[in-house]
Amino acid sequence: MIWPLFDSGVASGLLAGFLFGFALENAGFGSPRKLTGQFRLEDWSVFKVMFTAVIVAALLLWVSKQFGLMGSGSYYVPTPFYAAMGVGGLLIGAGFAIGGYCPGTSVAGLAGGRIDAIVFMAGMVLGTALFAAWFAPLEKLYLATPGPQGQTLMDLTGIPEWLIILVLAAMAWGGFRLGSRLERKLGGPYQASDLYPESNRQN
Amino acid sequence: MSPRPFWSPLSAGVALGLALFLTFVLTGHGLGASGFFTRLTAESGQWLAPELTAANRYLGDYVRGNPLQAWITWEVLGAFIGALVGALSGRRFRPQVERGPSAGVGSRLVMALVGGILTGLGARLARGCTSGLGLSGGAALAVGGFVFLICFFAAGFLFSFMVRRYWQ
Repeated sequence: MIWPLFDSGVASGLLAGFLFGFALENAGFGSPRKLTGQFRLEDWSVFKVMFTAVIVAALLLWVSKQFGLMGSGSYYVPTPFYAAMGVGGLLIGAGFAIGGYCPGTSVAGLAGGRIDAIVFMAGMVLGTALFAAWFAPLEKLYLATPGPQGQTLMDLTGIPEWLIILVLAAMAWGGFRLGSRLERKLGGPYQASDLYPESNRQN
Repeated sequence: MSPRPFWSPLSAGVALGLALFLTFVLTGHGLGASGFFTRLTAESGQWLAPELTAANRYLGDYVRGNPLQAWITWEVLGAFIGALVGALSGRRFRPQVERGPSAGVGSRLVMALVGGILTGLGARLARGCTSGLGLSGGAALAVGGFVFLICFFAAGFLFSFMVRRYWQ
């Protein structure tokens, strides 16, 4: 068991972040029109990229445990708080549809020159301050319905890890097919040439 | 100069998955983003209203740690640099207020602010965001990550119907 390295230094943060931001931007995820296109069903990139990334990383984590490189239970698995994570997911979904970003993609948006991304970030700081100010009344919801510590889909269903990954891959394959069909029907997805015209766009 | 095309969703997804796996190998946890904004809020609070912030039960803990020592601060800085390199090398850097063709600058910025407030509240409640809980929790096959993702997509579709005219 040689992994994880538990390196929380500056270089590790900069490297992981660099690759994260570089991939997000090249996926087109700095653009709020492309991002919100997912929910108008005309651009399925959010679903496709996220699902692919989850499966690739889950598969590599599983393989490294099989080869004894990564200790099982050695990496962080968030403990579910069903109510708070459900309501939080609803709020972030709403914020994404309305504001055009999520926290990570707003960083990619700003790096591409977008003023709206920094306003979104200011909103996030305000929202965080509101949460802190309302922590007393929100605490009950925040702590409600906790699940088992570090609960995984394997713990929940009893299905082995490889089979879960296979099922997720099958769902992703179905989603890719459905998404591509809807994209063709609805005139998507957004290409870089649609979003960044050569002449300055009218502002 | 015309922009270079985006990567295909499959290649971008594989690249993001590899970056995420490397992060797990390096640190023992996944990628994140909203934690940075919590630290930023704690820092701004300490500057604007130090006593109130230190006394706050939620933010008080954050104030006591140096934000530059936190891994997530470097990670978000790295993400900004990575995305900047991506935008510049792809000829996709454009100073602009990006919005739908029928939306004005003012209304777009108000929507961005409202969306940000909802996101900030939601991320604190959920203890993470699309990256930290959805993507990283999903890769760890955490139940919490999938609860989050299902609700995220459900609300996204619902609210998108209410604002779709404004993006199209």
